[in-house]
Amino acid sequence: MTSKGGIVAFLARFREVGILFFLAVVVVLTTLKAPRFLQWDNLSSILLDVPLLITIAMGMTMVIISRNIDLSVGSMMGLSAMVVGMTLRANPNLPILVAMLIGIGAGAALGAVNGTLIAFLRVPAIIATLGTLSIYRGIIFILSDGKSINSQDLPDALTFLAKPAITKIPIIVVIALLVVLLAHLFLRTQRTGRDIFAIGSNPNAARLRGVPVTKTLFLVFLITGAVSGLAGFMYTARFAFVDPAQAGTGFELSVIAATVIGGTAIFGGAGSALGTLLGCLLLGVINNALAITDLNQMWQLAVYGAIILIAVYTDSLIRNRLGKPVKESA
Amino acid sequence: MLTRKCYLALMGALLVSGIMTGCDKKSPEASTEKTATKEGGTAPNKETVAAGTKESGKAAEIARDPTKRIKIVYIPKNTGNVYFDVVASGFKKAQTELGFDFDIVAPATADAASQIPFIKQQIQLKVDAIAISPNSPDAVKPALQEALAKGIHVITIDADLTGNEDGREAYVIPADSDLIAKSQIDLISELIGGKGEIAILSATTDAPNQNIWIKVMNETLKDPKFKDIQLVDTVYGNDQDQKSATEAQALLLKHPNLKGIIAPTSVGIVSAVRVVETAGKANSIAVTGLGMPNNLRKYVQTGSMKKFALWNPADMGYIGSYLLVGLTNGKIKPANGASFEAGTLKERKFGELNKVIAGPPLVFDKGNIEQFHF
Repeated sequence: MTSKGGIVAFLARFREVGILFFLAVVVVLTTLKAPRFLQWDNLSSILLDVPLLITIAMGMTMVIISRNIDLSVGSMMGLSAMVVGMTLRANPNLPILVAMLIGIGAGAALGAVNGTLIAFLRVPAIIATLGTLSIYRGIIFILSDGKSINSQDLPDALTFLAKPAITKIPIIVVIALLVVLLAHLFLRTQRTGRDIFAIGSNPNAARLRGVPVTKTLFLVFLITGAVSGLAGFMYTARFAFVDPAQAGTGFELSVIAATVIGGTAIFGGAGSALGTLLGCLLLGVINNALAITDLNQMWQLAVYGAIILIAVYTDSLIRNRLGKPVKESA
Repeated sequence: MLTRKCYLALMGALLVSGIMTGCDKKSPEASTEKTATKEGGTAPNKETVAAGTKESGKAAEIARDPTKRIKIVYIPKNTGNVYFDVVASGFKKAQTELGFDFDIVAPATADAASQIPFIKQQIQLKVDAIAISPNSPDAVKPALQEALAKGIHVITIDADLTGNEDGREAYVIPADSDLIAKSQIDLISELIGGKGEIAILSATTDAPNQNIWIKVMNETLKDPKFKDIQLVDTVYGNDQDQKSATEAQALLLKHPNLKGIIAPTSVGIVSAVRVVETAGKANSIAVTGLGMPNNLRKYVQTGSMKKFALWNPADMGYIGSYLLVGLTNGKIKPANGASFEAGTLKERKFGELNKVIAGPPLVFDKGNIEQFHF
């Protein structure tokens, strides 16, 4: 084997290589068109845009690997954001860490409802979460009486988490990366993590081999709820404004797009935390690139969609060319 | 099978008789009782309102008696929206002056068709007048025309049945579009010292009001008075937090010499001021536009935003009340150029298509923002 072949073979072991390649192409093209893209100010604004997406996408990766879907993540994020916002408005001196735990707890409770419906009551995930998408959004309105949480209701210690001023890297970015690390280790090294792949590859075989399918599925939706809750907490820090109609509405589509772009097989059984991370970064970069390259506003959405399709297609092309239609992820 | 048919026929007969009784002619001189709640101040008394509502519900079941109080219902776009709560506060203020029964009903979501069942319900309750902030210029028109045909007076508030003006008798516009757009340019000019690059962060590319304002702003900038101000970019945040923030960040990056941002949308303005503040540029870049005091109070207090504008939503409800009471007792006949007295807001004129302008834009700053809570 030539050394070049060696490198290719080495790269081919990583599912993420296609998406990494595409990310590089987008970065280079954008920089050529608008050199300001690489300025630190701009890169830091991308960094601020992606943590919510990354955090929830880690849960979504597990859900999709298990051959399921969760459409309620945007509503879970919005509801958790509202709970965190209302709690902090009522108790301005509450430690921020407690507020974060409240957000995670709220999300986990909602995720447990999804998990119960899907794992125990065997409601198809797309139906169950389509229902809870509306129910959770409805609860946001009921809880808040339709009124927004405004910046003056939130303590400065909270919004500080989303400011690059002192730490250079905003704290919510660090939190998101920690979630990626945990998700990566969970999927790679933990028995339960591996079980998720088995369930997604073949649920019946997994059951026959003694994989605790019901318990594992419940856990997957519980985790997704918890990370959505964490993202809800981050949402209040990032936007300092929670509008019941707006917070997280439609966000599930971005999350699913990032996860699929990141190489998670939509029919389950394959995917990785790192791939999803790259998918999120790619979406963040594309959104930013569309805004700073003076592209006609009317074209932005269409171009955005086209780039997503090209990204997924390129990714599958590269993986096939490298000779290994990876089914089972690393 | 037969019993079911009988049942349906019975239902049909009941329905028809119900509609027929709904056609009862009402006296045009329905006098407004002046025994109105007089307990002080401008603050509307919630309990009084609630009690009035219940009573009138009973009253509406029997045919309208001219000595009964006028019953007005307001249908905003959706429930729980603080903006419409403030519009409603204008109705309640006028209620203490005019003494009518007032109720507010609305769908949970602002979908095009969601208001229709509420209009039908009010027709059945035989209210005297409906004020509506329509979610769609088309969807609600047939229902409103049905109400008009039954002698119920209908006006639109805050949003109109554009292109379907025969579905209502008059429209209370928040403020004059030209005046709003011009005041935005005046504001930004004042904030940046009449000189420098500015950009507009709008909502969606197809929002009619946004596009009118942007057009007028562009025309206003041609005035020699503003010759040192360059409008360098117009971007669209689609009224989403994330997209608005991304666009605002891009503005700072694309235009290093930017001095001001006008965001004539309540979502965009919050994103813009947050982005500018986070970037540490609140001192060199002025953000203004149209927004809600509650959303922007903190930025005004910290000084990141000096001034912004909006109309006073309460004025619309207040003027709408005087208009509807006048229509019901026959004292107001809408026509281009005609006018009427709207209590403390004095004389109001009907413009073309019977549009009534509620008032001039209201500018909020550190000095007055504490008086407004919406």
